[in-house]
Amino acid sequence: MVKKRRKKDFTFWEKIYIPEIIKGLALTFKNMIGPKYTMQYPEEKFIPPPAYRGRPVLVMEANGEERCVACGLCARVCPPLAIEVIADETEREKERYPKLFEINMLRCIFCGFCEEVCPEEAIVMSKDYEMAFTNRGDAIYGKDKLLVPVSQLQERIEFLRQYKG
Amino acid sequence: MNIWLIIGIALVKILIVIGLMLFAVTYLVYFERKISAWVQNRIGPNRVGPAGLLQSFADVLKLLLKEDIVPFNANHKIHALAPFIALFIAFTTYAVIPFGPEVYLFGENIQLVIADVNIGVLFVLALTSLGVYSLTLAGWSSGSKYSLLGGIRSSAQMISYEISMGFSVGGVILLSESLRPIAIVESQVGFLWNAVIQPIGFITFLVSAFAETNRLPFDLPEAEPELVGGYHTEYSSMKFAAFFLAEYANMIIASAMIVTLYLGGWHFPWLETFGLPGWLTVVISVLTFLFKVVFMLFFFMWIRWSIPRFRYDQLMNLGWKVMFPLSLLNLIWVAIVVMYIK
Repeated sequence: MVKKRRKKDFTFWEKIYIPEIIKGLALTFKNMIGPKYTMQYPEEKFIPPPAYRGRPVLVMEANGEERCVACGLCARVCPPLAIEVIADETEREKERYPKLFEINMLRCIFCGFCEEVCPEEAIVMSKDYEMAFTNRGDAIYGKDKLLVPVSQLQERIEFLRQYKG
Repeated sequence: MNIWLIIGIALVKILIVIGLMLFAVTYLVYFERKISAWVQNRIGPNRVGPAGLLQSFADVLKLLLKEDIVPFNANHKIHALAPFIALFIAFTTYAVIPFGPEVYLFGENIQLVIADVNIGVLFVLALTSLGVYSLTLAGWSSGSKYSLLGGIRSSAQMISYEISMGFSVGGVILLSESLRPIAIVESQVGFLWNAVIQPIGFITFLVSAFAETNRLPFDLPEAEPELVGGYHTEYSSMKFAAFFLAEYANMIIASAMIVTLYLGGWHFPWLETFGLPGWLTVVISVLTFLFKVVFMLFFFMWIRWSIPRFRYDQLMNLGWKVMFPLSLLNLIWVAIVVMYIK
């Protein structure tokens, strides 16, 4: 820890303040001509790491079917009640599928609880952070927008297997 | 000398100076933003026009389109008048600051200054101290406690720093034996600038100039974290823009005054000995003056982004207990120089 010095402990040169100002000016000048860290957003986009919690999406298997079995745990755990699931029966091996799966993106708080609670790894957080809509109706994402091929979500799924208990 | 020629020349000079000032003020806003960005490792405005050069015009346009809100408690007339006092003073002061040596044009010797007043320095001091009225009136007429606090602070600050400023200028006047800005510039030949002869006076004047223009580290009248916006809390639209522009115009005045009084004005060291043709000498002199002013403006901004704001009691301590005695000391030093060396 740096020892706290009181005003009487300062040397003469520190007390007259001007050399210290010059030091400060030199520092800011160095930064002025140094490298810049701005990202030119629309042209140059930020690619988040796998730990990033972007828009929640449903995993779509290679055969075009969703993994989701419509258990409703995500809807139950969702703190702002953004998820709505209506289950239905199907002839497939899993027997259940969501007839309707909607996430209200105006409500979603990107907490990632849905992903944590999901027993099937069917809902995961993607890297997508660009969600703009012009009216409230557009903000409700249905299955058409939520289903994303599993190949695009591999990184996040591996991350979850590594770190989620 | 033809009277119409005199009027014509004066009008041309006024037009050039006013045009340049307006142009410079809009671009100072741009440079302030650029420099602040560079200091913080950012790029700064670069979207409007090439390299963001049209940003200031976009800003002005935006401010013009904003709603002009006047608080219910405000004294409407004074509330409307205050920003224009600030603007008027900022633009009038420049009349006496010379920006170049004598030019021989159209068979006349023309001084490169709008009004060659023989009490120029006094004129500048008088007008800049009037500037405090705009801030105090703005603070008082807004009918808001934050504005009032800002206005009171500005008057207290201006009064305490005016004194050390006056005494520092006293040193310069003692040395050049004139209140005429041109004579002051002409007395600083070669590298015998006033900043070299009286460094203490230079520093006290510089610090006072920062305090007078309300720039950081002395921008207490508008200290954002404590006073919301200080004296201009209740201003919006073009009235706010007027304050904004006046602040930058004041910065130009302060820079030009520092250059004139302490940094040798338009003098390029030993330019006369190079044996250049007359017109080239004039051009180089004017460019030298502009360069010095631009450097001082850069210095203003550079300081702003380097030093944190003073606390109010520290500001008063510095003004009365440090700057005032130092400027007196400087005056004594100049008196000794004048008596025994000159």
